[in-house]
Amino acid sequence: MKAVITVVGCDSIGIIAGISAECARYGVNISEITQSVLAQYFVMIMIVDIARLTCDFSDFVDAMEKHGRERSLEIHVMHENIFNSMHEI
Amino acid sequence: MLNVGAIRETVNMIKEENLDIRTVTMGISLYDCQSDDTKRLADKIYDKITRSAGRLTEVTRTLEKRYGIPIINSRVSVTPISYMAGGLHSTDDCVLIAKTLDRAADALGINFIGGYSAMVQKGEIDSAKLLIDSIPEALAGTGKVCSSVNVASTKAGINMDAVRRMGEVIKETSYLTRESASIGCAKLVVFANVPEDNPFMAGAFHGTGEAERVINVGVSGPGVVAAAIRRAGECDLTAVAETIKKTAFKITRVGQLIATEAAEMLGVPFGIVDLSLAPTPAVGDSVAHILEEIGLERCGAHGTTAALAMLNDAVKKGGVMASSHVGGLSGAFIPVSEDAGMIDAAVCGALTIEKLEAMTAVCSVGLDMIAIPGDTPAEVISGIIADEMAIGVVNSKTTAVRLIPAYGKTVGDELSFGGLLGTAPVMEVNTYSPSVFVKRGGRIPAPIQSLKN
Repeated sequence: MKAVITVVGCDSIGIIAGISAECARYGVNISEITQSVLAQYFVMIMIVDIARLTCDFSDFVDAMEKHGRERSLEIHVMHENIFNSMHEI
Repeated sequence: MLNVGAIRETVNMIKEENLDIRTVTMGISLYDCQSDDTKRLADKIYDKITRSAGRLTEVTRTLEKRYGIPIINSRVSVTPISYMAGGLHSTDDCVLIAKTLDRAADALGINFIGGYSAMVQKGEIDSAKLLIDSIPEALAGTGKVCSSVNVASTKAGINMDAVRRMGEVIKETSYLTRESASIGCAKLVVFANVPEDNPFMAGAFHGTGEAERVINVGVSGPGVVAAAIRRAGECDLTAVAETIKKTAFKITRVGQLIATEAAEMLGVPFGIVDLSLAPTPAVGDSVAHILEEIGLERCGAHGTTAALAMLNDAVKKGGVMASSHVGGLSGAFIPVSEDAGMIDAAVCGALTIEKLEAMTAVCSVGLDMIAIPGDTPAEVISGIIADEMAIGVVNSKTTAVRLIPAYGKTVGDELSFGGLLGTAPVMEVNTYSPSVFVKRGGRIPAPIQSLKN
């Protein structure tokens, strides 16, 4: 079971480190990262494995959003099924 | 297999283009609540609704978090109350039931409950007559109850006695809710060929052939369609239609996902996904702006009906493959007050009621959320209803009328409801009298199209 984490915000030191630490804390394993910096904007998409998540998915979403708010990053976490439903027949 | 392009597209649709699930509506049968004691009937209805939908908002919140997509409304529709009112003796009894529905909606934390309804396309049973008489008071005395009356069908023709009565009911409702922008009329719809599994308000009710409980979902996404057409750039209309189809497919897939998961979590059968493009007054969430994106200077310009016909058709073609069960209204909505582009078009004079009437021949609903002068005579409103019903009956489609006679206001004034119901400029109405026609009463016979057997 996978989820997608998207991150957008001003580039700064330690964005990936912070998000990775949050993932590790909740038992979320990072499978893939696509990341770029456009002008000063940091843009990242992570695909993560949530099979061993240690809390409710909703709580993980809240924790990541809180982490984003504290660092002026826009972080969204979405279960993979929405992408699969939309883009696969 | 997830890919970056697909992820970006989905996130962009939700975060930038206002894609959302407009409503998750639980239909609930009230047949087992029958009683000839009003108080007992009310108690049984309250218990059945609150027991059945007790977890509805909790489930929609969970799904909202899981998929990162806003679910704007959780709602309930019930068996038409006229079928439950056989043992009631007065309009006061009916109003008590309306207040019970309102209380149940409050307890559930939902914003609307539909089903204060009657089906009178061929004639009125006594309880339907009672319920219709009670509508103005019921809507004035409640906040969340929605009412609908089906006065025509392709099979039965048009019940002109009911059409005449509904003109009066709309006027009375406007008067009784005059202190709050005649908002009662925004919760009252007159239908032809009403669908019995519609999840959208104000017309939702739980039809007679439905299961005990059911989950129906209405999707949205005008902003997503408009953005897709904008991205398509200079292309011919075949390409525009293809773009709309592909977009509608994706939108509907999300509806299907939410509907099946909500149904499973609630232990209730999945009913239908309603493919309707439902606008809101928010910028970037307008059906009128889709039509303008296709190439009209303003919604209402000549060409609007053709563009809307194409849009409506492409939405259905894209959506129908994306869902296992499609139902409800399924098409593009054109509610004036709930659509920023429609409001602008009406204010600048590009969009008139006559043009809106033509547009209803090719889209999913009808004359919707239109403010008219408060002094419009009841028989003129009945005339408007009759015209709209005729379009539905002859074309074997749903049509509806949700007009708001703006008490004390006239053309150029504005009615503001707030929230999803938006703001309505008071539009000009042709007041040449249809009085004699309306007062003839009786039934307009079912058209030859009804004889399909």
